[in-house]
Amino acid sequence: PHAGPVESKNKAAMSELVPEPRQKPVVPMKPMGINTSLLGYIGIDTIIEQMRKKTMKTGFDFNIMVVGQSGLGKSTLVNTLFKSQVSRKSSGWNREEKIPKTVEIKAIGHVIEEGGVKMKLTVIDTPGFGDQINNENCWEPIEKYINEQYEKFLKEEVNIARKKRIPDTRVHCCLYFISPTGHSLRPLDLEFMKHLSKVVNIIPVIAKADTMTLEEKTEFKQRVRKELEVNGIEFYPQKEFDEDLEDKTENDKIRQESMPFAVVGSDKEYQVNGKRVLGRKTPWGIIEVENLNHCEFALLRDFVIRTHLQDLKEVTHNIHYETYRAKRLNGNGGLPPMTVETEENHESNL
Amino acid sequence: QNVGCRTLSLSAHVGFDSLPDQLLRKSIKHGFCFNILCIGETGIGKSALMSSLFNTNFEDSPSTHFLSSVRLRAQTCELQESNVLLKLTVVKTVGFGDQVNKVDTYQPIVDYIDAQFEAYLEEELKVIRSLFSYHDTRIHLCLYFISPTGRSLKTIDLLTLRSLDSKVNIIPVIGKADSICKAELQEFKKKIMSELVSNGIRIYQFPTDDETVSEINTITNGYLPFAVVGSMEKVKIGNKMVRARQYPWGIVKVEDESHCDTIKLRRMLCTNMEDLKEKTRAYYELYRRCRLEKLGCRDIGPENKPVSLQEVIEAKMLEFCLEMERKEEEIKQRFLQRVNEKAAMLEEAEQQASMPVLTKYARLTLMHQEEELKLEEKKKLLEDEIAQFIEKKAITVSIQSQVSVSTPVVSLKTEGLQKVSAGH
Repeated sequence: PHAGPVESKNKAAMSELVPEPRQKPVVPMKPMGINTSLLGYIGIDTIIEQMRKKTMKTGFDFNIMVVGQSGLGKSTLVNTLFKSQVSRKSSGWNREEKIPKTVEIKAIGHVIEEGGVKMKLTVIDTPGFGDQINNENCWEPIEKYINEQYEKFLKEEVNIARKKRIPDTRVHCCLYFISPTGHSLRPLDLEFMKHLSKVVNIIPVIAKADTMTLEEKTEFKQRVRKELEVNGIEFYPQKEFDEDLEDKTENDKIRQESMPFAVVGSDKEYQVNGKRVLGRKTPWGIIEVENLNHCEFALLRDFVIRTHLQDLKEVTHNIHYETYRAKRLNGNGGLPPMTVETEENHESNL
Repeated sequence: QNVGCRTLSLSAHVGFDSLPDQLLRKSIKHGFCFNILCIGETGIGKSALMSSLFNTNFEDSPSTHFLSSVRLRAQTCELQESNVLLKLTVVKTVGFGDQVNKVDTYQPIVDYIDAQFEAYLEEELKVIRSLFSYHDTRIHLCLYFISPTGRSLKTIDLLTLRSLDSKVNIIPVIGKADSICKAELQEFKKKIMSELVSNGIRIYQFPTDDETVSEINTITNGYLPFAVVGSMEKVKIGNKMVRARQYPWGIVKVEDESHCDTIKLRRMLCTNMEDLKEKTRAYYELYRRCRLEKLGCRDIGPENKPVSLQEVIEAKMLEFCLEMERKEEEIKQRFLQRVNEKAAMLEEAEQQASMPVLTKYARLTLMHQEEELKLEEKKKLLEDEIAQFIEKKAITVSIQSQVSVSTPVVSLKTEGLQKVSAGH
């Protein structure tokens, strides 16, 4: 059986700065209820290997959305997360590049492979969010996009002749970038998260955290957590979806201490103590992105990618999608009838 | 699916190669389930084989041969090996092949398989559903037990298999294979396989597309149908207790591959569980498609526009509701009509019941009135007569007074008249 931590391929020495997180053994060793005792080896446990082979063959989809005002470092962060030029950054305000008049939704797909695991990663950018003079209802195009993906999936699921594997374009994770004002959340932040935390997994992130000292950071995080609680905003991992005690204790720790993650992103490398690290160079020192003493990027990365990626997808599929489906099939309770433009430009009859 | 996607190269380790492990961890926590259907004559060794395959005791009271129709009996148990929890359901036919008239003995089996598909489809179509925690009862594997006659397949075998091969994965096995000797066994197997092929019956073939397992699977495919022996009892051989059957001429060891194919079956079953489940999903999709099309749902509507299933279902529901309303109305009308008729009937009866009393009274009154009238008439007549007589008497008296001065002869007459008038 495949127990033990996953081996990491260290192409660069970056990962050594961050201690590998305590990997959960693939196979939890807790005893489970048994009815009949076995008197000899049968071979049922080979099913694990069969599943692993199957999943490696089919590959995974992951769709991540980034929301926040311009200049908060969204593109840089995504590039740092996936160690590759995933987003093309808009460096500064080019005269030719205008601020979009409304919120645009830009989804770009990439195929990345690691350790034999193929992933189709789609990054959904939302330029124009919060950049207008009047930002009322600027979350609406985003909510509409998310619901459109649910609608697409529902249509496929409801077909008579179905595809063996329905393409999944639903948003699994939405990173919301909070401005590091040091005071509290802005009304726009609260409005967005209140509306969207019910339809998608939101992970709040404090951007450009290198503008705050350690104490300021701790205080700010506490205040943000309190405000989210007071406003009834359930960010991922939601309390109500903790499956068992093990999950609950682990997630409680993350919810109450680490989140929201205060991050710094960078795609430039520098020499620190003889090692090449990703960082930001300032006159007063080099901020190391993957150094836990400097910022919490590594925590965010491990949380989203190394431990909770599958859970993000499952919560999206089992809970958010099912909620959408129930609402839709119950006669449009509250939702306006959808008109989805499919590739053939047909109008949906749902 | 990767149209429009560019391939990126990673500059360092990201960590999503732990995804399969995350997925597996969740699956293990959730547990696995597997459902086997055993079809075979009474006494062919279904329970014994199941007990031997999974090393547990599927205790079942021995069935009688005198059931009038085929029934199915399901047993569920949970097995655990290292940390894999498997919820195993074994469904056995009871009374298969016992009836004198075997027409349609396979129907209950087909119905059972369809019923499991139907239950899953229902759950899937619900508005508020919980597919994640749904206990999947769809049959993943059907073991068909062939009688060890040594000759060929029976007609009932062909009929049953033909009705099932588009609904479920079938692996044919020869039950009680220790009654056939090695030489005959090879011939028997070849005959069976060629009969299956010539009758166009599709059985489950172990997958040969993956290089790691294709070789061993091709070899195993050549051993079909598996000649199995099962045993609920254990025999002491050396210093171990082994599942075996003890004969005066020797001991048949269930787990010895030179004695029978039981271990091969077990090995192939376990290493291809995922594939069996996947093929079951494909059978389910076929069932779903046929079922929904029967309801009149289509993917493409009349103008070649995609039609949604939901719309069709809603339209059908509306139609159905209208039909129900119409029928209700009809029934109501008929009911009212009958009520009115009955009410009229009752009224009439009431009238008739109360009529005799009235009539009698009326008649009696009438009678009295008539009698009264008659009496009045008679009274009048009498009074007239009295009046006439008084008149006559007055005239006679006046004549008498004139005559009294004359002869007394007249007095006789007068006396006579007086007597007459006195008599009146």
